[in-house]
Amino acid sequence: MKDSLVLLGRVSAHPDSRCWFLAWNPAGTLLASCGGDRRVRIWGTEGDSWICKSVLSEGHQRTVRKVAWSPCGNYLASASFDATTCIWKKNQDDFECVTTLEGHENEVKSVAWAPSGNLLATCSRDKSVWVWEVDEEDEYECVSVLNSHTQDVKHVVWHPSQELLASASYDDTVKLYREEEDDWVCCATLEGHESTVWSLAFDPSGQRLASCSDDRTVRIWRQYLPGNEQGVACSGSDPSWKCICTLSGFHSRTIYDVAWCQLTGALATACGDDAIRVFEEDPGSDPQQPTFSLTAHLRQAHSQDVNCVAWNPKEPGLLASCSDDGEVAFWKYKRPESL
Amino acid sequence: VTAGEEDEEVPDSIDAREIFDLIRSINDPEHPLTLEELNVVEQVRVQVSDPESTVAVAFTPTIPHCSMATLIGLSVKVKLLRSLPQRFKSLALTLPFPLPPSHPVNKQLVDKEWVAPALENTPVLEAVNQCLSSRS
Repeated sequence: MKDSLVLLGRVSAHPDSRCWFLAWNPAGTLLASCGGDRRVRIWGTEGDSWICKSVLSEGHQRTVRKVAWSPCGNYLASASFDATTCIWKKNQDDFECVTTLEGHENEVKSVAWAPSGNLLATCSRDKSVWVWEVDEEDEYECVSVLNSHTQDVKHVVWHPSQELLASASYDDTVKLYREEEDDWVCCATLEGHESTVWSLAFDPSGQRLASCSDDRTVRIWRQYLPGNEQGVACSGSDPSWKCICTLSGFHSRTIYDVAWCQLTGALATACGDDAIRVFEEDPGSDPQQPTFSLTAHLRQAHSQDVNCVAWNPKEPGLLASCSDDGEVAFWKYKRPESL
Repeated sequence: VTAGEEDEEVPDSIDAREIFDLIRSINDPEHPLTLEELNVVEQVRVQVSDPESTVAVAFTPTIPHCSMATLIGLSVKVKLLRSLPQRFKSLALTLPFPLPPSHPVNKQLVDKEWVAPALENTPVLEAVNQCLSSRS
């Protein structure tokens, strides 16, 4: 397990500040980072080293909490504590802020693009999740305000192929939403975590969702369709989501992020104990009750809390991480041969 | 260089006394007294582990009013944040124990995504700085 995560490089991405979040563009060639210095930086390779290609400094008045690339890779959305979300258009190496989405009452915590690129979701400490529609003229219109959570909403993520949205909250739950007759509705509430749910990740198939929490566990939820062979009860035509695995006892502090590699299925976590961990599903384990093994554990991955882990979408095993220490690190993960 | 001189370069490990010295003179937001004078903080309720880089301060707010308790907790946290090496992970929790970590004040104070925006908010930061300022 010792050599399964190898450091490739480290950059001081947001000096004297926090680096909160990372996002790879769909081509896997650029990495966006954002932080407490109110800036977004775009990173790319030159030879073997990672260099800053652009700095997006005009746009936000406060911390930039999260960033997300559009599926086409031509737009970047940034969510900020200043209550706005900026949409940046990419022209070569330059980024121009083309729209600022306003409406949330206070800090925007997360932003995510649906796989079609026609929908965007944002969420905030104001307890709401907003769904925005994007037209051909780059106009954004809010089509739904979802008030299902009772507290701060920490994260939003879309299903990899369907228009199904998931959100994680300080109210300890995960909620799922789908469109119904021109509006959006909450179609499932996932209860089980004992404290704030910080992040979510779908597996490559979209049938399973991983959630990570302040309760120091990762839970894996599986979708069961109505009439499923396993006899899991569903209400009406909506699928039911059931927790089929809990990874507990591995993390010693809050788990801030979870990332499911869309290429290999490896599951990485970012933890407040400064460590990065990788888990792999045990071959041959029961799909209804899967078991996972810890295949990499880097204790001092960063000098402070690790806030985010992001798998490169094209290069299997290339992992980026960022921390309260302001740094971004790049790692090569190799699955241990013994597995 | 003698062994003794080398020893001086080894930093003393941080103990409860040292943590208490940092927080005892913080001003209460509502009274013209310090947290020590009001028994909001006491040395015996400071837990510190230098090897593990963790600090936990339990405090008893003078009134169980949420916003004041949060402001005291935030002031303790900020004081520790500004004074201790960055490796330290500090925790400020309300007493009387056992108030669960899920108590609204405690849950806010451990949520760095609540603490960070609060400290970007000028009025909150001014209130914290007021608590941390030295009274002449």
